[in-house]
Amino acid sequence: MVTNEKTPRTGRTRLAVAGARAGSVSVFGKSSPGERAGSVLFPAVLLLALTLALTGLASLLVWSFVKGYPRLDANLIFNAPSTLFPATAGFRPAILGTLYIIAGVIVLIVPLGVGAAIYLEEYANRERWYNRLIELNIQNLAGVPSIVFGILGLAFIVRGPLDLGFIAASASITLALLVLPTVILAAREAIRAVPPSIREGSLALGATQWQTLSRQVLPASTPGILTGVILAISRAIGEAAPLLMIGAVTFVMFDPSFFSGGYTALPVQIYNYAVRPQEEFRNLAAAGIIVMLAVLLLMNSFAVWLRNRYEQRW
Amino acid sequence: MDESGAPAIQVAPSELHTHGHIEHRKKVFELNKVSVYYGDTKAVSDVSLDIYHRNITALIGPSGCGKSTLLRSLNRMNDLIPGARVEGEVFYHESNLYDRKVNPVQVRKLIGMVFQKPNPFPKSIYENVAFGPKSLGMKDDMDDIVEQALRDAALWDEVKDRLHTNAYGMSGGQQQRLCIARAIATQPEVILMDEPCSALDPVSTGKIEDLMVELKRNYSIVIVTHNMQQAARVSDMTALLMVELDSDEHNRWGEVIEYDDTNKIFTNPRDPRTDQYVSGRIG
Repeated sequence: MVTNEKTPRTGRTRLAVAGARAGSVSVFGKSSPGERAGSVLFPAVLLLALTLALTGLASLLVWSFVKGYPRLDANLIFNAPSTLFPATAGFRPAILGTLYIIAGVIVLIVPLGVGAAIYLEEYANRERWYNRLIELNIQNLAGVPSIVFGILGLAFIVRGPLDLGFIAASASITLALLVLPTVILAAREAIRAVPPSIREGSLALGATQWQTLSRQVLPASTPGILTGVILAISRAIGEAAPLLMIGAVTFVMFDPSFFSGGYTALPVQIYNYAVRPQEEFRNLAAAGIIVMLAVLLLMNSFAVWLRNRYEQRW
Repeated sequence: MDESGAPAIQVAPSELHTHGHIEHRKKVFELNKVSVYYGDTKAVSDVSLDIYHRNITALIGPSGCGKSTLLRSLNRMNDLIPGARVEGEVFYHESNLYDRKVNPVQVRKLIGMVFQKPNPFPKSIYENVAFGPKSLGMKDDMDDIVEQALRDAALWDEVKDRLHTNAYGMSGGQQQRLCIARAIATQPEVILMDEPCSALDPVSTGKIEDLMVELKRNYSIVIVTHNMQQAARVSDMTALLMVELDSDEHNRWGEVIEYDDTNKIFTNPRDPRTDQYVSGRIG
């Protein structure tokens, strides 16, 4: 509308340009003051919401870092915990315990989660009532509080039919059940996102349904599936409540093993330190939070790297 | 392409009667009162016609008259649609495609398909063309197969230096030619094309029409097109389908109005509706 050109000198053109400029303003009209205020106010409200959310999160992280950073040293990772010497106490059994448990969770959720998603998307007949029941309940399961899974683990895995006892493997199974719905939902979305034209093109070439699945659909949906796995790991690492229920003992001084003996995990150990009265232990807990975040970041980075690698393939 | 245990598909020349005189033209398909239903709705009604070897057969007609449905029944792609069923017989050489013992996967190895919107896989050009032969277990040198297929699809010169780049980096016309290369890499006998040029510009369309005439030397082609001039340009035989209403005017389905040499359809058709359609007065 507004230009930097000089107004033309010759009469007819000048009239035409003036008419065009005037016309272009009057055709569309001006916006009302209310509209203009709204268009400034609404983004401001959204920014406020964002700021509040981030401030809460940031304050937690800042507290952890401020308290825990001075305490960070190699002892944290390599030393066993101690109730008497907070200056040299460490998180070693907890770190090992967390790594073992999460490794077990990954081994369980990838085949089970992806397999369930493939069945639901590719093979299940949507009309059947039991398939619809499954669909409905996966969404529900994703929202069940984690303590319920702790009770489930105690009743059926640690004791009950499986009777595995208070070992790290029990924790893996329990946490895997907890995060499995997340993986199934994410994998289903990823598989659904592959366009039907790709499937048709593959089948029209004489490929079987399994070949189409394994060579076209699954490779194309791998990034989405990995995202689901990343989300699942992130949740499982931080869950303390179910671990407390199924016997992640809060004070373990020896290195754990997967299939026998006691174990602990980072969230539990942090809790153990945080409730002690001495200030030094609370600093230790804060340092533990930093360690836990570092472990989480490490695992997530690996999964993101893996996802990027598959995305670049094509 | 025969695997042990699968029913062998017989090839034999056959006689046919057209317009009262006998011709010895080899048939590829013999459709016998073929009707296609989606659930309870009839989409295509009572089609009986023969498709000849190494001809280009065009199915023309207005939108929604069942041309694509009929085409897809030739390689059992309608099986993918829940509730779709085919009555009648579709003989591919001497074997009924819809016999209970026939495996649709085997059918599609011999009868390939190219779709309206180019649908290359999200892989490299090489992997796209190699996918069919690899899935079928062809043991020959894959590089040779890929090169031969791309040459036959008139695409080799344009992509030979970037075989391992993403297929989506090509233009629409190139992508469609890639889909054709992909289909012929498995050495089918028949290529079905469902409006292959309708998503392309006129220059790409011309290239693909030239390609079809070349491919006719080795493959039998059945093409659905809503472009009458295209049918007149490239095809040997043309079938006109139109929508017919049944007696109480509630149900509509597609029927073959006339099927004959392309020349006759466009210059001297028997049915007045054909004359009206090809001259643009209806449809």
